[in-house]
Amino acid sequence: MINESSRQGDKVLEVNNLSTYFQTRWGTVKAVDGVSFDLSRGETLGIVGESGSGKSVTMLSLMQLVPTPPGRIVDGEIILDGQDLLQLNDDQMSKVRGSQIALIIQDPMTSLNPVFSIGNQVMEAVKIHQDIPKKSILDRALDVLRKVNIPAAETRIRDYPHQMSGGMRQRVVGAISISCQPSVLIADEPTTSLDVTIQAQYLKLLKELQVEQDLGLIFITHDFGVVAKMCDKVAVMYAGKIVEQGSVRDIFNNPSHPYTEALLASVPKLEEDVDRLYSIEGQPPTLHDLPQGCPFAPRCAYVMDRCREDYPTTIQVNDTHSAACWRLS
Amino acid sequence: MTTTVNTGAVLEARDLKKHFPVTKGVLISKTTGWIKAVDGISFSIQPGETLGIVGESGCGKSTTAKMLLMLEEPTEGTILFQGSDISQSDAEARREYRSSVQAVFQDPWSSLNPRMRVRDLIAEPMIINLDISKSEVHERVEKLLSDVGLNPYHANLYPHEFSGGQRQRLAIARALSLNPKLIVLDEPVSALDVSIRAQIMNLLKDLQKEYNVSYMLIAHHLATVRYMCDWVAVMYLGQIVEFAAAKDLYDNPSHPYTQALMSAALPSHPDTVQDEIILTGEVPSPLNPPEGCRFHPRCPQAMDRCSVEIPKVTEISSGHVTSCHLY
Repeated sequence: MINESSRQGDKVLEVNNLSTYFQTRWGTVKAVDGVSFDLSRGETLGIVGESGSGKSVTMLSLMQLVPTPPGRIVDGEIILDGQDLLQLNDDQMSKVRGSQIALIIQDPMTSLNPVFSIGNQVMEAVKIHQDIPKKSILDRALDVLRKVNIPAAETRIRDYPHQMSGGMRQRVVGAISISCQPSVLIADEPTTSLDVTIQAQYLKLLKELQVEQDLGLIFITHDFGVVAKMCDKVAVMYAGKIVEQGSVRDIFNNPSHPYTEALLASVPKLEEDVDRLYSIEGQPPTLHDLPQGCPFAPRCAYVMDRCREDYPTTIQVNDTHSAACWRLS
Repeated sequence: MTTTVNTGAVLEARDLKKHFPVTKGVLISKTTGWIKAVDGISFSIQPGETLGIVGESGCGKSTTAKMLLMLEEPTEGTILFQGSDISQSDAEARREYRSSVQAVFQDPWSSLNPRMRVRDLIAEPMIINLDISKSEVHERVEKLLSDVGLNPYHANLYPHEFSGGQRQRLAIARALSLNPKLIVLDEPVSALDVSIRAQIMNLLKDLQKEYNVSYMLIAHHLATVRYMCDWVAVMYLGQIVEFAAAKDLYDNPSHPYTQALMSAALPSHPDTVQDEIILTGEVPSPLNPPEGCRFHPRCPQAMDRCSVEIPKVTEISSGHVTSCHLY
């Protein structure tokens, strides 16, 4: 395993055949089912999907925060810096979580503790993960707060979350997540609750931090706009599986899975007048009651008989681009 | 009745203001300031057209919607409905206004009563407001359900049995049940899944043609606004800074704030080239709005006079107005 990762050079994260299942009263729900992708230093991967597509469970699995029971990672490898995270015990994983792989979650209003000052919360992460003298912890906290452009960090460090605006709070969350210099940062819909101008500021900040620290960045999102602006490569998820994966230009210029194609066509455009949007009929499937064959078949415009029987194999469109659709075979 | 000027508009707002008092003290409270949530805005909505209002949170777009829905009393200014001033009208006219102006809200999970069957949810406004027989109500419920793309058997179900997109369809059916003239759409698709949004937007456009209803759309997603709207008003700190036909505004944004908003919007393709105007700071408090032009502290093109003089509303091309010293 170690040989493999050193052979791959700058790959910082490699996920192979990750499967996370949940036991529910309706039976086994395959929330994430055989997902594989990799990420290099300084690269941004976008994981796109609707609610229930498994993108958030993928993120929770990477952090090993899947609630167990009912959830369980049943199969796969998560290789971070040459180390398989799934082989670690809880103590070892706690050391990795937050220091080597960090997370920014969606809602800055609820991800900070209202009864502690923000300085306290930034310092907590540093205290736990970094072996540095007590005196320099404060300096370190101030340092990261300045990095995320908190004005007057020396006075703001004593503020409580309620004294800050949404954009500012999200930047504090960002500061906490980069405070231990992780190699991979996962951002789960980091800007959905922010205004457009604040969103632009925040995305720019993430980009700067990424360049500065050579971060591998994973964006979990449903918004193709975020993908177009931020990502180098994209994985599109539907019903627990990656249905298409490729570089951002592969996906936008030559979408090969009908779901990706339909999603792109159904988004209104800022730059041009669209007479009528393409709309995907039907609902996303419920995971405990998936149709046989390809789960997108009931909504697909190109559906064939074969699609209703067997799940399609993944076909390479080019070196970096693959999709799971029978139309390509 | 003071003003009865019929311009053909369904609804017209003239110099509308809403100021909320800021009070201090518990028992003997005194007003220490005013939050000028909406501060003198005027617009009109023509039959069958859609007006979009865009702006960041705190710009007053929701307060404007609340005033149109008569959920807030304007501090100053008038709302003319089909030419007559609603604040001057009698109880009967107000009642009619309330049934002619309906709303669809952002969150279809909290805007439908979970204890009522769909049939009763949709029939409720008709039973309260119209004098029609039970069988007529029944017929219209079925017609409305099929108009919004649902089946007659759905009438017997409860809201929790529906998905988000279907619930939003129910909310739309309910809003349409009284044949309104205007529907206020407050972020109608932002809580829905991406693949469902286009369905609902297309449905709203189809229903607009069929029912000849006007919409006022509040949304922060600029591309959605472009797709849905005929006219767009850009609001900043309680004022309209630019107002134009949708195509005009997107092709030729004039106010520096509109330009910044457009450049901050996410691109639809990775190769899209965008101007990078990243605004510094955040929207100032409406409690102490900046002197002069309210946007000047964040404006990349601010001049000396911007901090002193309030810019006048200028028409830069037909139907395209902006308030900025650059013009």
